[in-house]
Amino acid sequence: MSTLAQDTHHDHDHKPTGLKRWFFSTNHKDIGTLYLIFALTMFFVGGGMAMIIRAELFQPGLQFVDPQFYNSMVTIHALVMIFGAVMPAGVGLANWMIPLMIGAPDMALPRMNNMSFWILPFAFALLLSTIFMQGGGPAGGWTMYPPLVLQTGEAFPFLIFAIHFLGISSIMGAINIIATVFNMRAPGMSLMQMPLFVWTWVITSFLLIASLPVLAGAVTMLLTDKYFGTSFFNAAGGGDPVLFQHIFWFFGHPEVYILALPAFGIVSSIIPTFSRKPLFGYASMVYATASIAILSFFVWAHHMFTVGLPIKGELFFMYATMLIAVPTGVKVFNWVATMWKGAMTFETPMLFAIAFVILFTIGGFSGLMLGITPVDFQYHDTYFVVAHFHYVLLTGAVFALMAAVYYWLPKWTGYMYDERLGKIHFWLSTIAANVLFFPQHFLGLAGMPRRIPDYNIQFADFNMISSIGGFAYGLTQLLFVYIVIKCALGGKKSKAKSWEGARGLEWTVPSPAPFHTFETPPKIRKEMLENG
Amino acid sequence: MKSVYQKFLALILLLPISAIADWDLNLTKGVTPISREIYDMHMVTLWVVTIIGILVFSVMFWSIFHHRKSKGVKASKFSHSTTVEIIWTIVPTVIIIALAIPATKLLIKMDDTSEAKITIKATGIQWKWKYDYLDEDITLYSSLDTKSQEVGQRDSGLNPMEHENYLLDVDEPLVVPINTKLRILTTAEDVIHAWWVPDLGWKRDAIPGFINDNWAIIEKAGTYRGNCTEICGKGHGYMPIVVKAVSMEDYEAWIDDKKALKLAALESQNKTLTMDESMAEGEKVYKKQCLMCHQANGQGVPGAFPALAGSEIALKKENTLEHLYRIIYGKNLMPKFGDQLSDVEIATVTTYERNAWGNNTGDLIQPKEVAEARKNQTK
Repeated sequence: MSTLAQDTHHDHDHKPTGLKRWFFSTNHKDIGTLYLIFALTMFFVGGGMAMIIRAELFQPGLQFVDPQFYNSMVTIHALVMIFGAVMPAGVGLANWMIPLMIGAPDMALPRMNNMSFWILPFAFALLLSTIFMQGGGPAGGWTMYPPLVLQTGEAFPFLIFAIHFLGISSIMGAINIIATVFNMRAPGMSLMQMPLFVWTWVITSFLLIASLPVLAGAVTMLLTDKYFGTSFFNAAGGGDPVLFQHIFWFFGHPEVYILALPAFGIVSSIIPTFSRKPLFGYASMVYATASIAILSFFVWAHHMFTVGLPIKGELFFMYATMLIAVPTGVKVFNWVATMWKGAMTFETPMLFAIAFVILFTIGGFSGLMLGITPVDFQYHDTYFVVAHFHYVLLTGAVFALMAAVYYWLPKWTGYMYDERLGKIHFWLSTIAANVLFFPQHFLGLAGMPRRIPDYNIQFADFNMISSIGGFAYGLTQLLFVYIVIKCALGGKKSKAKSWEGARGLEWTVPSPAPFHTFETPPKIRKEMLENG
Repeated sequence: MKSVYQKFLALILLLPISAIADWDLNLTKGVTPISREIYDMHMVTLWVVTIIGILVFSVMFWSIFHHRKSKGVKASKFSHSTTVEIIWTIVPTVIIIALAIPATKLLIKMDDTSEAKITIKATGIQWKWKYDYLDEDITLYSSLDTKSQEVGQRDSGLNPMEHENYLLDVDEPLVVPINTKLRILTTAEDVIHAWWVPDLGWKRDAIPGFINDNWAIIEKAGTYRGNCTEICGKGHGYMPIVVKAVSMEDYEAWIDDKKALKLAALESQNKTLTMDESMAEGEKVYKKQCLMCHQANGQGVPGAFPALAGSEIALKKENTLEHLYRIIYGKNLMPKFGDQLSDVEIATVTTYERNAWGNNTGDLIQPKEVAEARKNQTK
C-alpha cells in the first residue's frame, strides 16, 4: 500500500508528453479536453455550413449554391452540430467534471474512454468526406427519411457507417459514465447528494444506451434496403416508409433530451453558485429529470402528426407531449426559486445561465404549441419548428455549454478568463441569437416551409434580418475562441475555489486541477458538497 | 367552454398586436371553418404561454434586480417548500388539461371526412403535383410556373422581387368549388412529399404506397397558395400548390372545358408535325418539364443529372427509340413522363433535344412514333 502511495505521489507531475499524451491518453482530464476541443472545432464546421445556409437565404433567388448542395448543407449541419458539437461537448464536460464532482480518481473504464473519443474524428472524416463525392453529400435531411435518402449517391454507405460509429462512441461514453457514477463515488457520497450535473448525466447515459441501438438498427435497415434488396421501408415490396419514421423518432426524441438534460445539470450548478444559495428543490429536480427522460420514450410520434396516424394515436401522443411541460415547468420554477432571495452576482457563467432559463423556456412554450396536434398541422415543417428547436438547442443547450466553459475554465487552466470580454461575448451572442431565430417564428407562421433554398418575396425581410443575426452570431464565436485561448495562456491566477459561492468537491482541488486527483478518496464533510 | 375562450380572445385581441397581424407576423385565419378554429386555438395557446412567460419572468427579473449582492443582500438558506412545489405542479397540469379539451374536440372534427361531395387525389411527384378528379376522370399536372423557373436559376440575372408569386405559382392550378365539402387524398409516386395550403388549415404527408384523407370546405372564392413541406430532394422548394376556389357554376364550366381539351388532344395525335412547329412546342415542354434538372443549356449538373447537349442518346440515330423510352418510362432518378405528357408533347420535346444546343441531328419525331414506342415496351 505504501509503495502505491509513493508511486502516485511521483505521478503528480509526471505525465506522458507529446503526441503520445493525447493519442494514448487514459486520463479523464486529457480526454475531456480532447472532447471539448473537438466539439468546438465541429461547432465551427457546422457553423460554417449554417453561414452558407444563411447567406443563400439572405435574399430571394439563388445566389451562391445549387439546391442539391443547399440540401446537403442543411443535412450535414444538423448531423455535425448534434453528433459533433453538442454531444461531444457534453461528454467532454462529463469526463472532466464527473470524477472531480464525485471524488473519483478517474473514469471507471479509462481505455474505453480513449477509444470512445478517438472514434469520433474518424466518424466525422467519413461523414464530411461525402461533400466531395460524386453526387454530393447526403441531402435528405438529418432525419434520413426513406425513400428520399435512398436516392443518395456514393455518399450513402459513408453516411450510414458514420452514424454507426457515432452511436458506438456515444454508447461507450454512456457505459463509462454509468460505471463511474455507480462504482467510484467517494465513500459518504450518496446518490441523492450528487451534484445535479452528475444526475443529469447518469439519466442521459441511460437514454443513450436505450435509444442509440434503435437508430443503428434503423440505418442498417436503410443499408439493406439500398444494397441487399430488402423492403423494410419500400411500400412496393410490402414495407412501410412511415415505419422508419417511427423507429427514427423513437431514437430521435430521447436524443433531444440527451442534448438538453446535461444543460439542465450545468445550469443547476451555476445558478446556486452565483445566487449564493442552495439549489431549490433538489429532490424534485432529480425526479423531474427522470420523469422527462421516461416520458421522452412515449412522445416520438409528435414529430409525425402529419403522416396520417389514427386519431387515437394522435390524441395519445398529444397528451403525452403536453404532459412533458409539467416536469419542465418544475425545473424552471426551481431555478427561479433558487435565485429568489439569493445574493446574486452576474459573472459570465451566470449571465449565460439566466439567458438559458429564459430562452429555453421560450423554446419550451413554442414546443407546447407544437404539441397541440390540430394546430401542429399548420406549424409542422415550417420555420416555426426551426425557430423552436434552435431556441432549445442553441440558446438552450449551447448557451448552457458556454456557461459551463466559463464556469469551469479557471479550474481547468488555473487562470481566470477575461471577465470584460466574457460579458461582451455574452451580450453579443444573446442579441445575435435572438435576431437570428426570433423572426423565424414569424416566417413559419406566415407559411415558409423549412429546408428550402429559395422563397417567395413575402418572406424576404425577415430572412434578411435572420441572416444578419446569423452572421453576427457566427462572428461573435471567434471572440469566444480568443477568450478561451487567452485564458489558457495566462491571466489572473485562480484560487482552488474560483467562485465565492461555489460548493462541491471540484473546488477542493487546486486550480488548475492536477493531472491526478482524488487518488485517495476525500473525506466528505457535508459543507463540501454542492447539495449537502 | 367555447364562449369562455372567445371572450378571453376578444379581450386579448384588443391589444395592439392585432394591428400588426396584417404584416405577415401571424398564422393565417384561412378560409375554412376548420382553419379559423385552428387559428383560435393557436391564439389561445399563444396567449396562455405569453402570460405564463410574463408572470414567471417578472418574478425572475424582480429577483434579479432586488436580490443582488451589490445591494448588500444576505442570501437566505431555504431550499425547499413542499407547498409551493405542489402548487406549481398542479397549476400547469390544470392549464394543460384546459388546453387539451378543445384541442381534442377540434381534432375529432378534422378527422371526419364523411359526406364529401368531391374527391380529389393529390399525388406528389419529384417535383410537381398530379391531381386526379376521381369523379370526373380528369387528371392534371401542376408544376412551377415558367417565370419562377427562369428567375430561380442561379445567376439568372432576374430579380425575384419583381415576381409577386415567385415560387408560389403553377401552370395548372387545382380548381375547386366553394362551399362544398372537398375530400383531398394525398399520396406520392417516388418519395414522401407533403401537401399544404395554409388557408385550408392543414398539411398532410403524401407517402408512396399509402393514401391519407383530409377535407376542407372553402368559404371564399380566391386563389390560395402553399408549398410542398416535406423535403423531397433538389426541387423541394419548387413544387408549389395553388388552389383556385370558384363558384359551383364556374367549376362545372371548367370541368367541361377540361373534358373538351382532353378530346382535342386525342385527335391531335394523328397530326404530322413540321420542324419549326416541333422546335417551338418542344422548347416550351422542355422548359416546363426538363429544365430543372438538365438545365437551360442542356448541360445538366455533373454527377447528378446528365447533359443532353452532345450526349450519345440525343445524337445517334440508332438511339432514337431509347431516347423516347427514357422519356416515357424514366430511368433511375429520371421520372417517367409517359403518363403526364401527350404523344405530341413527347414527340416535340424529343425533336427539340435532338436539335437544340448544337445537337443539330435534323431528326424529326412524329406523334405516331411515340404511340409505337408506348406499345413496344410494356414496363
